[in-house]
Amino acid sequence: MARVFIPTMLRALADGNAELKIEASNVREAVDLLDVKFPGFKLQILEDGKLRSNIVVAVDGETSRLGLLEKLHTDSEVHFIPAIGGGAQ
Amino acid sequence: MNNMEASKFEKLRFVGSRPIRHDGLEKVTGQARYGADISFPQMLYGKILRSPYAHARIKSIDFSRALALEGVQAVVTSSDFPKPWLTDETGIDSKLINIKFSSNNVLAGEKVLYKGHAVAGVAASNAYIAEKALDLIDVSYEILPPILDVMQAIKVNAGIIHEGMFPYPESGLIASEFNSSLISNSTLDMSNHHQGDDSKYSNIAGYYIQEIGDIDKGFMDADVVVEREYNTGSVHQGYIEPHSATAIWNRDGKVTIWCSSQGHFGMRDQTAEVVGIPASDIKVIPMEIGGGFGGKTTVYLEPVVAMLSKKTGRPVKITMTRQEVFEGTGPTLGSYMKVKIGATKDGMITAAQALLAYEAGAFPGSPVNMGAQCIFAPYDIPNGKVEGFDILVNKPKVAAYRAPGAPAAAFAGETVIDELSCKLNIDPLLFRLKNSAKEGTRRISGPVFPRIGFLETVEASRIHPHYLSDFGGPNRGRGVAAGFWFNGSGPSSVIVNANADGTVSLIEGSPDIGGTRVAVAMHVAEVLGIPIADVHPSIGDTDSIGFTSMTGGSSVAFKTGWAAYQAAQDLKAQMIERASDIWDVEAGEVNLKDGKFNHSTNQDLQMDFKELAGMLNATGGPIVGRAAINPGGAGAAISVHIVDVEVDPETGKLTILRYTVVQDVGKAIHPDYVEGQMQGGAVQGIGWALNEEYIFDKEGVIKNPTFLDYRMPTSLDLPMIDTHIVEVNNPGHPYGVRGVGEVPIVPPMAAIANAINSAVGIRMNTLPMSPPVLLEALWANNGAGKVYGD
Repeated sequence: MARVFIPTMLRALADGNAELKIEASNVREAVDLLDVKFPGFKLQILEDGKLRSNIVVAVDGETSRLGLLEKLHTDSEVHFIPAIGGGAQ
Repeated sequence: MNNMEASKFEKLRFVGSRPIRHDGLEKVTGQARYGADISFPQMLYGKILRSPYAHARIKSIDFSRALALEGVQAVVTSSDFPKPWLTDETGIDSKLINIKFSSNNVLAGEKVLYKGHAVAGVAASNAYIAEKALDLIDVSYEILPPILDVMQAIKVNAGIIHEGMFPYPESGLIASEFNSSLISNSTLDMSNHHQGDDSKYSNIAGYYIQEIGDIDKGFMDADVVVEREYNTGSVHQGYIEPHSATAIWNRDGKVTIWCSSQGHFGMRDQTAEVVGIPASDIKVIPMEIGGGFGGKTTVYLEPVVAMLSKKTGRPVKITMTRQEVFEGTGPTLGSYMKVKIGATKDGMITAAQALLAYEAGAFPGSPVNMGAQCIFAPYDIPNGKVEGFDILVNKPKVAAYRAPGAPAAAFAGETVIDELSCKLNIDPLLFRLKNSAKEGTRRISGPVFPRIGFLETVEASRIHPHYLSDFGGPNRGRGVAAGFWFNGSGPSSVIVNANADGTVSLIEGSPDIGGTRVAVAMHVAEVLGIPIADVHPSIGDTDSIGFTSMTGGSSVAFKTGWAAYQAAQDLKAQMIERASDIWDVEAGEVNLKDGKFNHSTNQDLQMDFKELAGMLNATGGPIVGRAAINPGGAGAAISVHIVDVEVDPETGKLTILRYTVVQDVGKAIHPDYVEGQMQGGAVQGIGWALNEEYIFDKEGVIKNPTFLDYRMPTSLDLPMIDTHIVEVNNPGHPYGVRGVGEVPIVPPMAAIANAINSAVGIRMNTLPMSPPVLLEALWANNGAGKVYGD
């Protein structure tokens, strides 16, 4: 099962859990299952069915380019973290 | 140069060389065309009326006298922009609030929120008439008290900047019902937090927290704990080229915009939102850009010139003055920060805690989440807690500035690290080495690091001749500091065309700010084995190349370099196929090596790239390689800076005696431009550390909006910035590239503060550390060993 890390901001919504094990094939399914378990969770992560613009999902330490479509494996780690911008030069 | 894991790239012909940039001649001869260089027949010139007040309600705008002035063609205000956020039921659709903020930053809505906030745009037959017309626009204001820093913003009766918008908008990880309890338990003193007349509103636009381990236990396990508070002022990116935009709104509803930006696709999309037309109706043609540093990622003028052109049916251009750039575009944040770190006697960090309260300016969106993720990132922190507050003030909306959020955070974090190492009598680089993050280290924000080069960078710093040298003398000192930046990626598109003369045209979507044309072209040359000069790069407009995300996040050499690599591979595969058709052999039997096609066994079958390119049209048609990618694996960047300073105790003037930047760059595609970025970042950081700041009066008016009074360092102020490239290849890129542009601005302020302590025994906790501030600190402390501000 994938390890989904709950952001500190949302732990109160997830009964105080910092980490949960979820049987899901991709990130979208993991979010759906979390929302079933903790109603309202999805609202904090998604907007109009898409990841909110200020949130990225990191899977196995790497910011996912596929977002909700990113596949999960049995030992995957999932983090929801604020998006990063930047400005060199 | 260290060449860690270099064997993989030993046989590269072009990557790692230092060719002349393709755009060099145009730029040094003045032929390159920047934003303001565009001109059209019948073109009108625009000017912007800006608010004289930092905070005021707009009661009315009457521009009838301006329109009556001969030569004036049109005036636009925010009422000309659509307002999709307004709904019949509630007044505001919260999902569209960001469009409202973007629109109201371009031209003020109900209120002006900073001195210099744009109120109206005028188009006239020349700039002088447009300027004169500004004086004829009558705006009635109800002046409100300005809120000028984060501590003022949260005080009782400070006033509310955006009535009805808050508390703490529900935007992703910011959940209002949980924020309230978290904030009340945070380490920022919120006891006087103003929440408006009906306790619903706030100037706190966002809150962010990350934790790992048990912070209380971590501090209990510490033998030494250091805790300090910091304040930093607003600084500007200081790009030389002012903003300029020109637009033509054609009668068919299609709009063309010429501007210099860090991402013309972003300019297109933002303009489309503000003026309320589909993005596909707008074409943005990128001009050369004279510096951006993050500040040219936001629309300011583009929607205004578009609307003025729509009203007049003529091309309209607006170019900002330097004062407008300072007053009306995004600086970076001012901040209040508190940092606490504990360690054992043998120098192992047991706990690290930080509170970052960043000014967002007039609209939400400071980079506090990024500062929060960067502050302790170089270290393996077993127990950590970082909180960030995004706080509204009556200053220009902050824009990205080179590693947004990280430099201020590093100023605080790295000076506490230095103080800890001093208290423990451990060499500051050894202290960092003992606690360094490495592959597999879990960050406080959660994910674990892939391969990073912090260990190698610190090791290289410890044996650098600078660090081993003597800096002796009265009032002289040495400081070091480390910096971290994530590095970004994003969608990128590249097209490569094989020309009949054997050259290759390369079209990319990334504006070139720091020499990326040549770096991207080098990827193509390497794959095809043709001279770099035979690859001709250009930046396509939004209708000519696929979507490409902005030039920011130190991403271009990584993402667009990779896209060029992929496009060249596509071109190569097709040309091998064509050669096999011509030779009537299997494609799998044909190779391309050093720019020459050959058959694997029949040595008679050979032709060089140019020969085959000349045959394409007659043997089946032209060949175009393409790539459109969104690669992961950008690979984080680490930098360590070493600086020697001398403080004049009579004047407070600080002289930089020697400065060295040591940085893990992954693989330096073009070392000249990598070193240039390292030096440029360090120089900007030195300016931030020593001189640069917006000086506001109590009414929120910037008193130094010119380069005469806003003091940036010049070459006369500095020694040669020495560079030392460390190459810990990024496994996520075909040639091992990591972004290099941003991280060198992260350590300078802390390195210099640490050097000041080494020189005169004073811990500085404010930026800038300018001569009067430093002199006052020397007087206040009357000697060594104290902290200025305590």
